[in-house]
Amino acid sequence: MAEFRMPSLGADMEAGTLVEWLKKPGEKVARGDVIAVVETQKGAIEVECFETGTLAEYLVEPGAKVPVGTPLARIETESERHEEPRPATPKPEAAEPAQAPKPAAPKPEPEPQVPPPSPTPERARRRVSPAARKIARERGIDLSGIEGSGPGGAVVSADLPEAAARPAASAPRGRLDLGEMRKAIAAAMARSKREIPHYYLAHDIDLTAAETWLARTNGARTPEDRLLMGVLLVKAVARALARFPEFNGTWEDAAFRPGEGIHVGVAIAIRGGGLIAPAIRDADGLSLDDLMAHLRDLVARVRSGALRSSELGGATATVSSLGDRGVGTLYGVIYPPQVALIGFGRPSPRPWAVGEALAVRTVLTATLAADHRASDGHRGALLLREIDTLLQDPEAL
Amino acid sequence: MSVTTYREAVRAAIREAMQKDERVFLMGEDVGHYGGCYAVSKGLLEEFGPERIRDTPLSESAFTGAGIAAAMAGMRPIVEVMTVNFSLLALDQIMNTAATIRHMSGGQFRCPVVIRMATGAGRQLAAQHSHSLEGWYAHIPGIRVLAPATLEDARGMLWTALDDPDPVLIFENALLYNMEGELADDAGAVDIDRAAIRREGHDITLLTYGGSLGKTLAAAEQLEGDGISAEVIDLRTLRPLDEGTILASVARTRRAIVVDEGWRTGSLAAEVSARIMEGAFWELDAPVGRVCSAEVPIPYAQHLEAAAIPQVPGIVAAARAAMGR
Repeated sequence: MAEFRMPSLGADMEAGTLVEWLKKPGEKVARGDVIAVVETQKGAIEVECFETGTLAEYLVEPGAKVPVGTPLARIETESERHEEPRPATPKPEAAEPAQAPKPAAPKPEPEPQVPPPSPTPERARRRVSPAARKIARERGIDLSGIEGSGPGGAVVSADLPEAAARPAASAPRGRLDLGEMRKAIAAAMARSKREIPHYYLAHDIDLTAAETWLARTNGARTPEDRLLMGVLLVKAVARALARFPEFNGTWEDAAFRPGEGIHVGVAIAIRGGGLIAPAIRDADGLSLDDLMAHLRDLVARVRSGALRSSELGGATATVSSLGDRGVGTLYGVIYPPQVALIGFGRPSPRPWAVGEALAVRTVLTATLAADHRASDGHRGALLLREIDTLLQDPEAL
Repeated sequence: MSVTTYREAVRAAIREAMQKDERVFLMGEDVGHYGGCYAVSKGLLEEFGPERIRDTPLSESAFTGAGIAAAMAGMRPIVEVMTVNFSLLALDQIMNTAATIRHMSGGQFRCPVVIRMATGAGRQLAAQHSHSLEGWYAHIPGIRVLAPATLEDARGMLWTALDDPDPVLIFENALLYNMEGELADDAGAVDIDRAAIRREGHDITLLTYGGSLGKTLAAAEQLEGDGISAEVIDLRTLRPLDEGTILASVARTRRAIVVDEGWRTGSLAAEVSARIMEGAFWELDAPVGRVCSAEVPIPYAQHLEAAAIPQVPGIVAAARAAMGR
C-alpha cells in the first residue's frame, strides 16, 4: 500500500489546495499518470503519481487545503512484494533527496576563508513581550531602537513611546508635528526600500462604465451625498484583495502573515507636506456610501490633525491615488510591513480601442508595487485585472 | 460590627443554616461531643441535639456516602471531613457518585450536599495532615469548589452553597481558624460565582485563594514600598474559575503571579496560568509566574514546613522578577 501525498512544488510551498481528482477509486494508475490537480500560489498544477497500482481511496476531498506531505489518497501497489520492505512513506518528494547528496562533498577542506564557527552563530532573538509586540504592530512602532526594561531586558509595553503604550488613552489630539512626520516617513520608506524586494506592474483601466454610473448616481444626489471616483477605486481594491489574500497582510519574522480582515490604508496628503495613510477597517464589507462617509471623515480629520491611533496602524494594504491633479502613473513604495501598494494615476481621456474601432475613453493607469517575498508577478497581474473587472460593473460594488 | 474569628464565623454560618432549614444537619468525625477537631462545632450538639449534629465512625467513605444519599433523598447535609488528606478515602463517593449523579440520572437526581474540610499546612501536623489537595477537586466537573479566605466568606459561603442544587466542597485553610477581625453583625450569604479583587493595583496581578491570601496581601504591601503596585485577586471559587475577573485584571496589569499552596506540578496554579496564556497572551509583558509548595511531603519540623509552603519573601521575589527588577 502506498500513499499519494501533497507534493512540494517549490521551496516556499507549505500547503496546496486539491482542486480535482482525475482518477477514481478502483481505477488503475501507472507511475507518471496525472491523477490530481493541485492549486498552489503558482497556479494549478497537475500532479503525477510515483506508483503503479490501483487507486484505493481518496483521503482528501477537492477544495481542501492541506500541508505538504499530507496523504491525499491510498494506492494499492501491484508489486507489493518488492515494495514491502519500504515503510509507508515513499514520498513523492524524491526531488528533495536529489539535492541531498551534498553531504558527500564537504570533505575536510582546510579552507580558512570561512572563519571558524563564529562566536555569534545567530543573532539572539530579541525579547519583546506579547503586549509590546501587539501594541507595536497596531501602532506601527519600530521596535528596533527601543531599550527593554522587562525581565531579561525584554521590551515591555511601558517601554514603548508614551502615547502608544497607554492603550486606553486616545492619541493626542491637535496639530500634527510635520517635522516628526517627515522623520517617520523617512524611516519607513528607507526601511521599505532597504528590506522589501519590490516588483512593479501597471495596467490601464477603462473607467467609462464607472464614470457613467457615477454621473447617473450623483445626478440625483445633493452635493454632500455624492460619491467620488476614489471610493469606487478603494472598494474595488478591497474586493480584489479578498480574492487575492497574499497581497493583504504583512511580512514579519520572515513570513507572510495574512491580514485579519481587509483594512485598506488610504494615503492622504497633508497640507504643508507629509502624508498619512489611515486605515479603513473591513473596507470590503462597507457600502459605497459608508466608505464615502469614512473617507470624508478621514480627510477632514487628517487636515485637522485629529486622527485616532487605531487608524494609524493596522492597514493590511495601501491605496495611493494622485487624483485629478496628479501624473498619469504612480509607482508606490510599500509601507512596511505591508506587502502591497496599489497606485492610481490621473484618469484622463485617451485614444482607446473598442472592438475594432478607436474611441476616446477615460482611462486610468493602476499600478501594483508588491513584495516579491510574498507574491509573484503572475498573481499581481491577476489582482490588477480583478480590480479592472470589478470597476466595469460599478453597480455591483 | 463585632470582633470575631474565622472559626466563629463558620460556626455562625452552620448555626444559621440549621435554624433556617429543618433539613440541614451536620455530620462527621468528632463534630458532636468533642466539638469538632478545630472546635468549629463546639456547642452545637447541645443546641440542636444528636439527630442533627451527628458523630460518625472513622469511615470517610461511609459517612460521606451517607451524606450524599441523604442529599439525594431531600435533606441538606453538611458533611465535615477532618482534613482533605483523609477525604481521599471518600473520593470515590465524591467523584463517582456526587459529581456524576445528576448527569448519569439524566437530570432526575440532584445532590445538594455540602462537604466541608480543612486543608493546608503550617500547624506542624506532618505530611498526612498538611497537604493542600483542593486543586485536585477543582479538576472534577460536577462539583463546585470554594475556598473562603476572609471572615465574610467563611460566614457567607455556606448558605449559598446549601442553596446550590449540586454538590459543593468548601475548603477551610486550618491556619485561618484563629484569624480574628471585624465582621458585620448582619453578615450573610455571599456570591460564590465571582472572584474578588482584595487590593487594587496596576503593575502586576497576584492571584491566590484561601490560606495564602494574607501572605499575598502582605507581599503586595511590601511591593508597594518598592514602587510596585500589585493587584491581589482572591479566586474564592476554584471551580468554576471566574476567568473574566482574572483576564480583565491581567489585561490591565500585564503581569501575573499565581500563589497556590498546592504542589506546583499539575496544580490549580497551572490551570490559572494556562487560562491566562489562552485568554490574555497578547496582553502580557512577562511570563506568568507561580509560587507553590515544594514538591515534597510537607515536613514536620517547623522551619522546614515553613520553607516548603509559599511565604511572603517568595511572592515578593516572584513579583519582582516579573517586573524585571
